[in-house]
Amino acid sequence: MPEVTSILLVGVGGQGTILVSSILSKGLVAAGYDVKMSEIHGMAQRGGSVSTQVRFGAKVHSPIVGRGGADILVAFETMEAARWLPFLKPGGKVIVNDLEIPPAPVLMGRAAYPKGLLDILRARFDATVVNAHRLAEEAGTPRVMNVVLFGALVEAAGLTGIDWEAVIASTVKPAFLDANIAAFRAGCRAAKAKAVTREFAATA
Amino acid sequence: MPELLTGNEALARGAYEAGVSYASAYPGTPSTEILETFATYKDVIAEWAPNEKVALECAIGASISGARAFAAMKMVGVNVAADPLFSFSYSGVNGGLVLVTADDPGQHSSQNEQDNRYYAPFAKVPMLEPSDSQEAKDMAVAAFEISETFDVPVLFRMTTRVCHSKSLVTLGTRRTPVRKPYVRNVAKYELVPGNARQLRAKLGAKLKRLAEYSETTPFNFIEWNGTETGIITSGMGYQHAREVFGDEASYLKLGFTWPLPVEKIRQFAARVRTLYVIEELEPYLEDEIRRLGISCIGKDKLPGIFEFDPAIVGAALRGKAETPQEPVPVLPRPPLLCAGCPHRGFFVELGKIARKRHAMIAGDIGCYALGAGPPLDAQDLCICMGSAPSIAHGAQKVFGKFGEATRVVATLGDSTFFHTGMNSILNLVYNKSNAIVCVLDNRITGMTGQQEHPGTGQTLQGDATAEIDIAAVVRAFGLTHVRTINPNDLFEVRETLKWAFELDEPSVIITRWPCRLKKLNAGDQARYAHRYRRLAVRNDLCNGCRECLKIGCPAISFDNIKDKARVDAETCVGCEVCAQVCGSDAFVDGELEHA
Repeated sequence: MPEVTSILLVGVGGQGTILVSSILSKGLVAAGYDVKMSEIHGMAQRGGSVSTQVRFGAKVHSPIVGRGGADILVAFETMEAARWLPFLKPGGKVIVNDLEIPPAPVLMGRAAYPKGLLDILRARFDATVVNAHRLAEEAGTPRVMNVVLFGALVEAAGLTGIDWEAVIASTVKPAFLDANIAAFRAGCRAAKAKAVTREFAATA
Repeated sequence: MPELLTGNEALARGAYEAGVSYASAYPGTPSTEILETFATYKDVIAEWAPNEKVALECAIGASISGARAFAAMKMVGVNVAADPLFSFSYSGVNGGLVLVTADDPGQHSSQNEQDNRYYAPFAKVPMLEPSDSQEAKDMAVAAFEISETFDVPVLFRMTTRVCHSKSLVTLGTRRTPVRKPYVRNVAKYELVPGNARQLRAKLGAKLKRLAEYSETTPFNFIEWNGTETGIITSGMGYQHAREVFGDEASYLKLGFTWPLPVEKIRQFAARVRTLYVIEELEPYLEDEIRRLGISCIGKDKLPGIFEFDPAIVGAALRGKAETPQEPVPVLPRPPLLCAGCPHRGFFVELGKIARKRHAMIAGDIGCYALGAGPPLDAQDLCICMGSAPSIAHGAQKVFGKFGEATRVVATLGDSTFFHTGMNSILNLVYNKSNAIVCVLDNRITGMTGQQEHPGTGQTLQGDATAEIDIAAVVRAFGLTHVRTINPNDLFEVRETLKWAFELDEPSVIITRWPCRLKKLNAGDQARYAHRYRRLAVRNDLCNGCRECLKIGCPAISFDNIKDKARVDAETCVGCEVCAQVCGSDAFVDGELEHA
């Protein structure tokens, strides 16, 4: 890991990127890292493309990275992963939700949602595809989809040494705690399974 | 244990620690959370004002009465508040007074990208510029001391990235709130020309002392890392510079940026071989530095527009271009009105009648600016807060003068109505035009994230209060043609617009329905106890005409294979606008359909 690790979380307004960034930042601070987190509010939140950044290390200066600066890109929506790829470092990791949210041109029937994005991501990048929507439903409610992706991020970033379940418990409403914990574990498992498959492919 | 706070939260905390008793603001991205945070502290008064001028004037009143006070606003709000600012800088303060300007490099959520640092020399007030949350907190505490020590209001300049980035902050404790006695002092506060001329002359001496302070304040500090490269920077530019140059450059980091520390700048510049000036937006520091006869590298290499990040600074100054990933084609994802937004039904009908009658539609600042884009296409322009009725008036007068039949419609929100829109409507009545004003009353300030205003019946700190009736206000102005309608009822919207277009006199249509994101209060519950039922499309009835796609609802998409519309059950909230544009009654009660 470099001195400072930069994580870029992207999605569509309303998907809960900010909650995930908050849980992530909280756990990293408790673990003794210097942390900066940057989010954008306002106009784009109305169903537009949104991004949040979390950077951590011994000492962090800028709260954001530019093009080619992110170690890990976490996309809550498939096309948003493709949109933000220029911000990924060469050799960086991608965690992408297998979920298509049609943008306005598609809703209006003026364009078709791009095909084969996941195949491109798998072929060209170190990409982990997570069906977070299905895993969230299995965990109890589709509303915890963001925490499934968080689990996958923790696994991919090698941050498993932090007691994330305690951080989640101190962040979410008690009524949704069980679903959030289940979602977190499902996300971790999904990313772990992917890593095992890759190792197998490399040794075979 | 340090806490992770946004710059906005840290600033509010600093004001609290400084013993501030009063704060006022009008919400505006990226400044909104400053007052929302301050309002959570005990033993303070925190208020939403109808506009920024009122907010600053209220804070001035609190200062003159002897308490510490501040006003917060986004950068364009300072234009509205500029009138009291430019004069109160002459008076000076009793309790410390701070004006927070939150600038928006990159225009994430703004209609322009003005660099409000120029307000400091223009209004002759000292300026502080933090670069992270700890500085925002520490400088907020210091700002009130500076204000009282030098008897001047202080400009506190934030930017979006400082406002909305979280970093660690070590908290302090609240000092006893400052309570100075109010003493009548006409020579100081009564700005008739005789007094103001005296104060103008005195201001020069204050600024001289502030220039001396600028040389010694710890907010203007040097980090020495050799003489090869020197960087003068402020605000977020400092953080990006540190990221790019690390310990390979020396830094003169400026936090107190007006008056500038001229001697410190000279000494720093003299000791380094290459001098860079790294600042977002305008060459504010650079022009001053060049005026001192110092040569430097700045805007000749760095962009003068939009927000910086480390990659932009690195590419401009170190030739460190990133290795671009091969692009993957994507579609744009513009923001949309939410599913169930009460503006949608209104814009559907307004767009239709405006196209048919070649009407002009003057819009305003708020979520409803999203009515301008496809497929609604129901707004022609949007310039600044509260401007729709006045722009409509001016245009309507000209169309009339040249004998053209074009009618002009103004659309503005409820919060915008109270901001400055009501003044514009007053003018429209007084100067007799027949423009049609539509107040899209969603019972809250929507775009900035659900802030109370004079029409909601509740204050920032949660107290019940008078609920100002928009219809009664415009009737008091002398408007007789006033109707309040439900924007989700397309027939009612259509008939009301027709009625207004037939009138030769001005009219006001109030579309009253709460924002779909609003947490309904008791009054709303009683009035809008509407049973939202999610809809579904019956495939046997849908004929694939795509009429429902023209309302731009994020819950409706089209299945090209089946040639049918479909409703996303998780997104739909049941406003039933789609059902009213459907010619084949294909939208049915989703709960029954899925049962």
